[in-house]
Amino acid sequence: MMVLIILTAAGILAMFASVFNGRSVVLPVSLSGLFAAGYFALLEWNTNTTYFEAMRMDNFAIAFTVVCLFAAFVFLLLYHYMHYSSDVHYAEVISIILFSLAGVVVMVSFTSMLMLFLGIEILSLSLYILAGLKKKDLLSNEASLKYLLMGAFATGFLLFGIAMLYGATGSFMLSDIAYYLGLHKAVAEPFIVTGIIMLMIGLLFKVAAAPFHFWTPDVYQGAPTLVTGYMATVGKVAAFAALVRVFQLGFSPALETYQFLFAAVAVTTMFIGNITALYQKSVKRMLAYSSISHAGYMLIALMAANEVTNGAVLFYSIAYTLASLLAFAVVAILQQKSGSDEVSVFNGLSKSSPLMSITFAVAMLSLAGIPPTAGFFAKFYVFSAAISDGWVWITVLAIINSFISVYYYFAPVIASYMKKGNEEGIVLATPVKVLLAIIALLTLLIGLLPGSLSYLI
Amino acid sequence: MIPQIFQTVPIEHFVYLSAVLFVIGVVGVLTRSNAIIIFMSVELMLNAVNLLLVSFSSYHQDPAGQIFVFFIMAVAAAEVAVGLAIITMIYRNTHSVDINDMSRLKG
Repeated sequence: MMVLIILTAAGILAMFASVFNGRSVVLPVSLSGLFAAGYFALLEWNTNTTYFEAMRMDNFAIAFTVVCLFAAFVFLLLYHYMHYSSDVHYAEVISIILFSLAGVVVMVSFTSMLMLFLGIEILSLSLYILAGLKKKDLLSNEASLKYLLMGAFATGFLLFGIAMLYGATGSFMLSDIAYYLGLHKAVAEPFIVTGIIMLMIGLLFKVAAAPFHFWTPDVYQGAPTLVTGYMATVGKVAAFAALVRVFQLGFSPALETYQFLFAAVAVTTMFIGNITALYQKSVKRMLAYSSISHAGYMLIALMAANEVTNGAVLFYSIAYTLASLLAFAVVAILQQKSGSDEVSVFNGLSKSSPLMSITFAVAMLSLAGIPPTAGFFAKFYVFSAAISDGWVWITVLAIINSFISVYYYFAPVIASYMKKGNEEGIVLATPVKVLLAIIALLTLLIGLLPGSLSYLI
Repeated sequence: MIPQIFQTVPIEHFVYLSAVLFVIGVVGVLTRSNAIIIFMSVELMLNAVNLLLVSFSSYHQDPAGQIFVFFIMAVAAAEVAVGLAIITMIYRNTHSVDINDMSRLKG
């Protein structure tokens, strides 16, 4: 609860600071808010504190909260160093980020459908605004409107599902729903079937899994690049944590029945994401399709549904978040310099900025799942979870997909090392350099010492 | 607390009515091209859910469903505020709210 209070208070303070000409205090206020929130979240480790029978800060919730807080920390620093002097809405953007984190905390810790809905909406409403940040830019406008309409449409499905489940079970509590579903043949009741399928549609929209992914490329491409990075990491990880939580706490008796649907969604998501990514000229759009395919890999872990699922999903989320943050940060910096997001902006990057080219290469290796990066062990844990549950065919398909993905992940890396381009050096602020180096090192470190991270929750 | 009189109408009727309203909303979203009308259709979907929740709430004699409706109303209002702001922003730039005009993003 302290986490929510701190994040909202920091958001309000940051917003008011800009009104009273305190632009310079916005970053200190928001960063200390993030650290305090992280500290109070970690204080509740192993306590399983329940708030109003609606939220429970268990280790799963805390771990995902901290991952998202870290992603927001990186976003805030990058945003500060890239836009402090150029963006008049600097303080508002930062406060919206802090408000969206309040939504994330609710989304990963809910035990009641009401909180699931509120969390998703708090996060989504913030992201709709962030996508349309560049008010004069038609692409940004379009991304914002598409995201809003599709997001609200998905919310409708989510709510209809919740209402049907309420009709059948008489409760919004996940534990009550799980108890009811465990009763004899309750899983096959028409209200339950419609409820679970509608709710699944709503949540799969939010994680951008096929066939509900069509908004993703447009939104990710049109939104300002840093915001895209935020959506692709925090938005996706939080939505995926919510999906896992709903199915583990609420629908565990029904999981067996719906496994096949998940398998179909996971396979189509991986293939559509990876194959369409091959044809993209824009790096942002390529990363959007790659993020779709990563939703497919993560769905495999959920489908396996055994004791290692949570750990595998958490590990995958961490690896994916680090690599995506790095990739989007580099693309954002290059785009600010050159105004383009095509693969050709990477030409000669190894000469003009060796640090950026090496960190970007690490990010791509991790996303492709090549050792010794974190992405390799992320895929390893997900696939071993699937195999231990007997899903061999789907693991084979996933590995084929990993091979396909190597092709498009390496295109910008090859461009930055092999092709000649503008060799004029790119000057980065020292904190940005340090940040990029730290994330890249973390990616390598987790890949070299995966250790107990996957058994954390 | 919740009038018993509602329960004289079979629950299926309420479910059918809200399902029909919901489907009208879905069809509206998928077929119309004016952003404002799409937005209205989304609101119709949400209101269909509200109706469903209220009727289930009265059948279960449980106020939780009606409380949920208040939250949906509040969130829908917030969504409208953000949505209309975005639509206004687009109208200022393009003088149109037709989503068919918005196809600049392609891969």
